[in-house]
Amino acid sequence: MIDFLLDPWEFAFMQRALLAACLAALVCSVIGVFVVLRGMGFMGDAVAHSSLAGMSVAYFFGGSVFWGAFAWAVPASLAITFISRKAKVKVDTAIGIIFASGFAIGIILMSQVNNYTADLFALLFGNVLAVSWEEVFLVALISGGILLVIIMFYKELLFTTYDATMSAASGIPVRFLQYLLPVLVGVTTVASLRAVGIVLVIALLITPAATAALLARRLPAIMVFSVLVGLISSVAGLYLSFHADLPTGPSIVVVATGIFLAALLFSPSNGLIWQARR
Amino acid sequence: MSVRDLWAGYDGNAVLEAVNLEIDRGDMVGIIGPNGSGKSTLIKTALGLIKPIKGEISILGAKGSLERHLVGYIPQAELVDWDFPVTVADVALMGRYSLRGLFRRTTKEDREAADSSLELVKMFELRNRLIGELSGGQRRRVLLARAMAHSPELLLLDEPMAGLDATTQHQLLDLLDQLRSNGATVVLSTHDLSCVSSRCDKACCLNRKQIAFGKPSDVLNEQVLGDTFGTHLLMVHLDGQAYAYQHHTHSDEHSEPERLPGNGHSND
Repeated sequence: MIDFLLDPWEFAFMQRALLAACLAALVCSVIGVFVVLRGMGFMGDAVAHSSLAGMSVAYFFGGSVFWGAFAWAVPASLAITFISRKAKVKVDTAIGIIFASGFAIGIILMSQVNNYTADLFALLFGNVLAVSWEEVFLVALISGGILLVIIMFYKELLFTTYDATMSAASGIPVRFLQYLLPVLVGVTTVASLRAVGIVLVIALLITPAATAALLARRLPAIMVFSVLVGLISSVAGLYLSFHADLPTGPSIVVVATGIFLAALLFSPSNGLIWQARR
Repeated sequence: MSVRDLWAGYDGNAVLEAVNLEIDRGDMVGIIGPNGSGKSTLIKTALGLIKPIKGEISILGAKGSLERHLVGYIPQAELVDWDFPVTVADVALMGRYSLRGLFRRTTKEDREAADSSLELVKMFELRNRLIGELSGGQRRRVLLARAMAHSPELLLLDEPMAGLDATTQHQLLDLLDQLRSNGATVVLSTHDLSCVSSRCDKACCLNRKQIAFGKPSDVLNEQVLGDTFGTHLLMVHLDGQAYAYQHHTHSDEHSEPERLPGNGHSND
């Protein structure tokens, strides 16, 4: 049993993977609470997918796919908010257009690289076992930055998420926050690209937060539970991946989904089982 | 609060035209009008959420930029997300945020002020309840506690009576009277004519433009109400209270008053 638990961490690549996955899960779980409350899940998914364009450009020219994704995600998040506010286009329409166009540009660029399917696969589904120390450091930097911004604006984010009109009447810079939150979500997806890849980022963003919303009542408690679910999923997913020789990102997502289903059925306050027996 | 030749609306289209109001300190003013008549627009403009197209609103002598901490606001209850995972105490504390700038945490003083605001509306015992678990009247009182938490001198309430039974409405009005006795000015929008005629010092009748403004006994007559609601209303005065009765034969489907006083009966 001890061997089962300790074996994976003898490898440096597993240590790096653990750090990268846990950092991604941490920051996703915190921002995910706002995402779930505001119904922004699809937006995060779109920014992640559209980032493929930025990653492909970086890849094409031999730069860091991280910064490529970052450089694409921030304007893409701003564009979604701007288009939906100004252009009389519904927000899900703006999201869909940004989603598909960025993804299409990314695929076109990647197709120009020889042997592109293998590289594309790594970008789409993550390859946390191949993460470098430099990338772990970058993920830590981005995650730390996002958490710092959330702590600084916690009061304001809470108030505008709950009641935008009233918070505007209280002199809170609502418009700034309405742009800030999508950018934070976009940057968060970048921090998680290595861990779970473009396609599965949405799972890290919403599943822990949705699970926590079933288990806790108040917002601070929901955040704590969300982080716990995110971290447990990452660690358990890495074990599953190591011992069963499964792809890591999907393993993390499957574990998180399992916890969500358990909460959905057995949560003391909201569980379907108890509701059915009442 | 005084409003001079105010034109306001959205995207440059005026919803509200040529409104002039003079409201004295300690007044309770009822704004009456059908849906879409500009009641909420007037309140939101007074809050600074909508910029006037023309004219101005001055509050407590301050023109244009408004002293936010002097104004308390209660939004329409159906616009509030009651499933949000916050407690009664959390919501009351939000009323203090306008006093604390960015990056500032709330202090012990804020929590005490929020608590005494909850005591005022008799919600202190329920302070740890989630807002989703409250009844309609309790929800309204939480919103009032939030609006009161920073001791405003002017309270703006957008349809505070909607969806409340008569007893709860009167409890709410009694609370507002109590606040007025401490010097607060109250402006509320409502569909409830009897509430305005019996409890307000002044009435403002709106239907895209100002139909009338003044003492309820002077203003609430058949002519004014007919112009306001676009239908013929028969006024009956009973024990100093005004009741409106609707002639259905004269109403047209575009401008029916959606709610008449609960104790009035249609005479068709």
